[in-house]
Amino acid sequence: MSDVAIVGIGIHRFGRTEGVSGRAQGVHAAREALRDAGLSFSDMGFAFGGSHSAGDADTLVSELGLTGLPFINVYNGCATGGSALIAADAAIRSGQHDLGIVIGFDKHARGAFNTDPAEHGIGSWYGETGLMVTTQFFGMKIQRYLHEHDIDPGVLVRIAEKAYRNGARNPMAWRRKEISAEEIAASAMISHPLTQYMYCSPGEGAVALVLCRADKARTYTDRPVYLSGAAFRSRRYGSFEVFSPWIASERADSPTVEASRAVFEAAGIDPSEVDIAQIQDTESGAELMHMAETGLCAHGEQEKLIADSDTEIGGSLPVNTDGGCIANGEPIGASGLRQVYENVLQLRGAAGEHQVPGDPRVGFTHVYGAPGISACTVLTR
Amino acid sequence: MRTVDDSLFTETGDGVALLGSRCTDCGAHTFPRQGGCPRCTGSAMEDVPLSRKGTLWSWTIQGFRPKTPYTGSDDSFGVGYVELPGQLIVETRLTEGDPAKLRIGMPVELTLVPFRQDEDGQPVHTFAFVEAGHE
Repeated sequence: MSDVAIVGIGIHRFGRTEGVSGRAQGVHAAREALRDAGLSFSDMGFAFGGSHSAGDADTLVSELGLTGLPFINVYNGCATGGSALIAADAAIRSGQHDLGIVIGFDKHARGAFNTDPAEHGIGSWYGETGLMVTTQFFGMKIQRYLHEHDIDPGVLVRIAEKAYRNGARNPMAWRRKEISAEEIAASAMISHPLTQYMYCSPGEGAVALVLCRADKARTYTDRPVYLSGAAFRSRRYGSFEVFSPWIASERADSPTVEASRAVFEAAGIDPSEVDIAQIQDTESGAELMHMAETGLCAHGEQEKLIADSDTEIGGSLPVNTDGGCIANGEPIGASGLRQVYENVLQLRGAAGEHQVPGDPRVGFTHVYGAPGISACTVLTR
Repeated sequence: MRTVDDSLFTETGDGVALLGSRCTDCGAHTFPRQGGCPRCTGSAMEDVPLSRKGTLWSWTIQGFRPKTPYTGSDDSFGVGYVELPGQLIVETRLTEGDPAKLRIGMPVELTLVPFRQDEDGQPVHTFAFVEAGHE
């Protein structure tokens, strides 16, 4: 058994990059990550990677180099990046490999995702009648959550406002302009109570990470960040997930709760020790719910944390310091790795204008997505 | 009456109902019908009509026209989850599209509504829930 370190990180700017394919963005991120670690692609012992809509990751070798390495494609919806990272973690932790790379990239068409029900084992009636819409699910999930925990919907505006404020400080973000609370509240109602500016949009981008055995990390970098835990869970009977024509009357913990619990246990870290968190904010309500589901605070406690600015970059629990999905958009294959990229930057103290003060030591990431999955990591230095 | 998918429905003494499955081992329900039990992992499922009455568990309004494979009209519509007592919580269209008139816990009942026209101009129906006593 060997511990695992991240020694190289690379990103292609998120947003819309006309004329540059998703694959080309993936290659760019991979080269940046290799350069960051002072390595070349021929040094890589393995690769895991994926995109949802921009092609097979393993074909990137035609550009990066035909070195014969095992390159395994991951196609796991919103957890594509997280799953690639978990596979890489296992490959190194088990002793099978010493050094490798994970690459996530994507390029989606404009507008909300349109998913084919058949790919989810659901009859075509579900899409034909207008129920297979992710935005709708998030509207209903937060409606129920606000009701159960007696939370004022005004908090949803503040979460989006923070996302754009942080995005404005992040040169790799898509949305780099602050948007006022009034504008967010007055933007088009997409799925009551969520307005347009509270949602992220499908977009483009790429991230790559070079990982190695922890005991070799200092060969490649003087600022290693350790992957102290990585966990993935799917839904249980009784959880309330996207693309569900029905849910059980008896309630169960969400995959977010279970993946978070597992990763904190694996890392031997308590949620209260987290200095910085990147959590899935498909829309404002998702950030609100996930703050509690991940164990970072209690249900209902979010309102006060947000009102007291605790989740801001200078607060006691900074959340989505790079602007999250709301300011970066969601290129499915790259989104989960973006969170890890951001935490590595922060733990290195290299995040520039959006750097969290106070020398953060523990970072947490959390992805949530269809059809009810969650992938989490704990990073330390 | 033409429906979007006849396999979703069954006739009962009280009128049309949604057709689900019930696990004969553990009692879990599903909608639509399926062969495997998501609760106990068994495969002893039987057909069962679902309750025509329930309470609104959550709701939203679909504010923009969904992309394909959506085939309905351009009008915005209400969407909700309705708890059917002792069975499950079903996702459904709502006949009400005004947020001011929807609240969690309100009693609702099943109805069929036209949501598009077929090639002959005839209405195609799907299921929806309406405030109880308002039909």
